[in-house]
Amino acid sequence: MLSVRDLGVAFGSVQPLSGVSFTVSPGETLGIVGESGSGKSLTAMSVMGLLPLIGGRITGGTVEFDGADVTKLPERAYRKLRGGKIGLITQNPMTSLDPLQKIGPQVDDVAKLHMGMTGAEARARTVEILGTLRIPEPALICDRYPHQMSGGMKQRIVIAMALAADPDVLIADEPTTALDVTVQAQIIRLLDDLVKERNLALVLITHDMSVVAQTCDKIVVMYAGRAVEHGPVEAIFDRPRHPYTQALIACIPRGLDDATRLTGIEGTVPTVLNYPKGCPFHPRCPRAEAICAVEPPEFSVEGDSAAACHFAEVAHVQPA
Amino acid sequence: MILRYTFFRMLMLIPVSFSISVVIFMIVYLLPGDPIDNLLRVGSSPEDRAKLVAQYGLDRNLVVQYFVWIGNMFQGEFGQAIVLRRPVADLVAQNLPYSLTLGGLAFLFSSTVGMTLGTISAIVRHPVLDRMMRAFILLGSTVPGFWLALLLILLFSVKLGWFPVSGAGGWQSLVLPVLTIGFGGVALVARVTRVALMDARREDFVTLLHAKGLSSGTILFRHLMPHALLPVVTILALRIGWILGGAVTVEFVFGRPGLGSLLIRALGQRDYPVVQACLLMLALAVMLGTLIGDIAQAAMDPRVREKKS
Repeated sequence: MLSVRDLGVAFGSVQPLSGVSFTVSPGETLGIVGESGSGKSLTAMSVMGLLPLIGGRITGGTVEFDGADVTKLPERAYRKLRGGKIGLITQNPMTSLDPLQKIGPQVDDVAKLHMGMTGAEARARTVEILGTLRIPEPALICDRYPHQMSGGMKQRIVIAMALAADPDVLIADEPTTALDVTVQAQIIRLLDDLVKERNLALVLITHDMSVVAQTCDKIVVMYAGRAVEHGPVEAIFDRPRHPYTQALIACIPRGLDDATRLTGIEGTVPTVLNYPKGCPFHPRCPRAEAICAVEPPEFSVEGDSAAACHFAEVAHVQPA
Repeated sequence: MILRYTFFRMLMLIPVSFSISVVIFMIVYLLPGDPIDNLLRVGSSPEDRAKLVAQYGLDRNLVVQYFVWIGNMFQGEFGQAIVLRRPVADLVAQNLPYSLTLGGLAFLFSSTVGMTLGTISAIVRHPVLDRMMRAFILLGSTVPGFWLALLLILLFSVKLGWFPVSGAGGWQSLVLPVLTIGFGGVALVARVTRVALMDARREDFVTLLHAKGLSSGTILFRHLMPHALLPVVTILALRIGWILGGAVTVEFVFGRPGLGSLLIRALGQRDYPVVQACLLMLALAVMLGTLIGDIAQAAMDPRVREKKS
């Protein structure tokens, strides 16, 4: 089980992420949604312990894996978790494989590292995993180079690398953003099946609300480096209480009716350097009042879900 | 796959060498001056002159002259030096080993030291080291060889007396010329290695390598280095051509025999056959260098291998 509590991240004196909390259990899919720049990927990098790679550090909170805080774990021990217990799937399959190496060795590495397998055993394992991911002719694919494969295929290879050591948690950072729509659906279905078959805990980072609606059990909505609402997916979609969540749901295109125009959210996500005071969403919020610009809102809990809005109690009554 | 690539890459040498040979052949005729003038004694008659011109075949059609020349080249017949009055092949054979030794050593020196320095400066991110490295790279790429040669001679030969001032007498006489030529090479190779490694580290797939649980050392040697080597190999391949040609002025300053010295002397005397042979050797070295570089690229990068074959 993966549990993140009150996570804060800083780059030098800039604090792009604060107060992010969530838990995922085996067999469960958690969606982290938000626009670009809301801190979704940073959350993934923090859980993987890869912040130093991009020059960041964790300033507060805990990342618990099976009950133990891993944020203070020395690098050598963290390496056992990465790829072993926690698998990562990244955004762009076109650039996430080493172009100079064949597919086989790139996947073999994981079983060799984490399961102590020899070359031949690891290759057998690779072929098996590629097969379960519905990759045709897995043994032949091992001898191919990344540039000889399509984006969807490459993303399956990336998933295979993440799964090779039988991890407990899978973090998928926008796994379908760079893919064709038809392939997107396949990959999402594949991930969904894996969660059920392997009892995985999946953290699915996306900006696509419809993907969340289809696959997730719980969601965390992020805005400007903070979690603004979280809860079970039905509750959030039925009764979104944060105006930002409401706006995101309103943006989902429904059907091809000429009369309905696609909606958007006015304005843009603030950059890290000018996060607004008070509620981070207030400059774009349709129901903002004076207090919103001054006081950061507390979470208002209702059942299993919570929303950080001063007007969360009344907000689910959507404005006409 | 790589054999196929090599074969097609070598086919491309045919038109390239043809064009180069034409240019080399013609360029000599564009130079002012005439070797015959050097051969004529003061007070010779126009008839004497005409006789000499006919003797060397300089009165024939340029196209005919070209084919005679290139035909001879193919048979290893470089002709007779007009002013030095010796077979050109002998002159080249005599001078080539000196250039090869000097250029080869300078190449080894600049590639090994350059790659090591570049790698260190890319990994160890220390501000002071970084600034020293950048200063060194700037110096190395801008200081002209002939000037550096003079400084080195002043310090190590004249003041300290460690190495001979000039000549080609044993390994001592090689140290300063190798350092002179190598200095610029080290800086260049170090710079390219450093930038290539830092670029490679920013690639997307590196995140995923870390996510697999690989150690930084493994990632550096198994994944980043091969990537960084691609541009480094390109630069090194260009420098293979420099093994012969890069030493021209340095050979001159150190008074060493070599292809460069021979070329400069022959140019001064308008000794066409010698100039042509020297230029041809230099061009050949450059062509060979790029050929080796391209094949090495193809061997290392599957994408290159497929694109061109």
